[in-house]
Amino acid sequence: MDWWTTFPAMDEQRLTSIKKAIDTGFREFTRSYGDSIEYIFTPLKAFLIWSEKLAISTPWPIVILFFCAIAYASTRSWRIVLGTAAGLSLIGYFGMWEDTMKTVSMIVASTLVSIAVGLPAGILMSRYNWLRMTITPVLDVMQTMPTFVYLIPVVMLLGIGKVPGLIAVVIYALPPIIRLTDLGIRLVSEEVLEAAEAFGSSPWQKLVKVQLPLALPTIMAGINQTIMMALAMVVVASMIGVQGLGQPVLKAIANQYFTLGLFNGLAIVAIAIIFDRISQAFGRRLQSLAEDER
Amino acid sequence: MSGLGIEIRHLYKLFGSDAQHLVRQAEDGMSRADMLSRYNHVLALKDINLNIESGRIQVIMGLSGSGKSTLIRHINRLIDPTSGQILVGGTDVTTLSTRDLRQFRRDATAMVFQKFALLPHRNVLENTVYGLEIKGIPRAEQERQACKWIERVGLGGYEQRLPSQLSGGMQQRVGLARALSNDAPILLMDEAFSALDPLIRVDMQSVLLDLQTELRKTIVFITHDLDEALRLGDRIAILKDGVAVQNGTPEDIVLSPADDYVSAFVKEVNRGRVLTLGAVMRTGEATDSVLSLPSTLKLDEAIARMIDAHASEAAVTGPDGQATGAVRLNEVVSATIRDAGRAPEEKSAPRLREG
Repeated sequence: MDWWTTFPAMDEQRLTSIKKAIDTGFREFTRSYGDSIEYIFTPLKAFLIWSEKLAISTPWPIVILFFCAIAYASTRSWRIVLGTAAGLSLIGYFGMWEDTMKTVSMIVASTLVSIAVGLPAGILMSRYNWLRMTITPVLDVMQTMPTFVYLIPVVMLLGIGKVPGLIAVVIYALPPIIRLTDLGIRLVSEEVLEAAEAFGSSPWQKLVKVQLPLALPTIMAGINQTIMMALAMVVVASMIGVQGLGQPVLKAIANQYFTLGLFNGLAIVAIAIIFDRISQAFGRRLQSLAEDER
Repeated sequence: MSGLGIEIRHLYKLFGSDAQHLVRQAEDGMSRADMLSRYNHVLALKDINLNIESGRIQVIMGLSGSGKSTLIRHINRLIDPTSGQILVGGTDVTTLSTRDLRQFRRDATAMVFQKFALLPHRNVLENTVYGLEIKGIPRAEQERQACKWIERVGLGGYEQRLPSQLSGGMQQRVGLARALSNDAPILLMDEAFSALDPLIRVDMQSVLLDLQTELRKTIVFITHDLDEALRLGDRIAILKDGVAVQNGTPEDIVLSPADDYVSAFVKEVNRGRVLTLGAVMRTGEATDSVLSLPSTLKLDEAIARMIDAHASEAAVTGPDGQATGAVRLNEVVSATIRDAGRAPEEKSAPRLREG
């Protein structure tokens, strides 16, 4: 009755050989294609370096003004503008300006990449049901797979640094924008689509003039989620060499520097709140335009 | 583009997975109920034949589920027929390629919808130019056209408002302006005024009739409201369970309903507003009354004029102004309240299932 109490697993040797085979296979793949894959990502790397330099080299008053302007443009609320200015000033005063700029440029870059990948993916998904059925489980895996697990192959392929960091962040932050783009387009009312059809719109005209504008509030909610998830990955990404607010936190964990951890943590929270309020308010303003006809 | 007539021939629409195959059975006469119970397919339209003359208003009337909205969507092929032909200006719409169909929708037809179907993120002007924008007309020309029609439907000054800031009646005026801007010879109106308050509805009917006297478009108007049908239609087709039970002028429908279904429909109608003197006069009879009325005059108007003139009789004149007959006041009055007592010479014999 041994099989009753202990699960009849395959024998140790077999399991080891399977693991070995997969590992060797992947290592072979890395050795032969790693360089060319890295090469593909050089433009991305250049962009990351450029945006980080830009964020750091821009004088701080201009950066603060810039953020306040965006905050005002999207929220029209002086309270949020004031909060943005205060938050950024405190971060600077506590000596975390440069790290914060590095993190912000990373977040902006990964959000842009997520939009560039996620928006078309969401549009295609809303159009083809079979694609939706294929992508949905992939998104589920992306969202639930522990981050560290997919860090391993990414690091094996691309080493440590900005690009693998960005890829790790994008894998984690991509699902919401894909899902919500798909949802937003599917929610566009049948009647409006029929009207567009009746006036002889081509599929492209329908997408650009009707579906995307009407889905925009939902898509903005997706972008908001994506930004928040990207911020949540800052500390994890710092483990594979992404600079910014994550690295001091990592150092604080290793050395039990409570205050260092707390300050940098609070700085992350501050940018998170700023980004969240701005993108949410923007989405809400779009929503209020579309509200009645839904 | 000049006027286009529409000819619908042996149109069948069957909803269900095996429609192409089962439509043969419908053509052989299987009923809607049998089709549903035996094959679980919905026979939405059965052998529709309709000839819509260019420049006329054809009303298609029926209760919900009668297939009228399905029928109108066949004209611009928002719905594909299962079998049959739809000829618009001689072209068979059912055979158009995707590209040609798109061009046909841009040039030949414009549509007004029951629930307005405006783009909520665009203001009145931007909504109105939509059809022209799709066609690729230069922006300045788009706006010139759109502003003209916005003005005509009585929305001047509202160009920058969003649909959500307008009442239902005003939103439908935008829908109408959008359709008219397209300058298409065919106007499809799917229960266009059904969602509006009664007063606004009558108002919009007047707007449409007023425009039509000058535009002379081919208008297909769907409604479930008989008063609306009688007021707007040059001809009215009545649909029941996907079958056209009668097609005729408003007078035909009221004077000689084809079956009990149509009778039930017209029972409550204000006959005085539909029937004309021509339908109740004694043809060829002369009178010494000084009052003469045109045969196209509606009965309620005729009664008012006869009472005003203190005349108990009146001569009826034809289109050429010559007297063709006479009426008595009591006959005119009685014709407004019950089946035209003596409907002389069966002037409007029932024209059933024509075409």
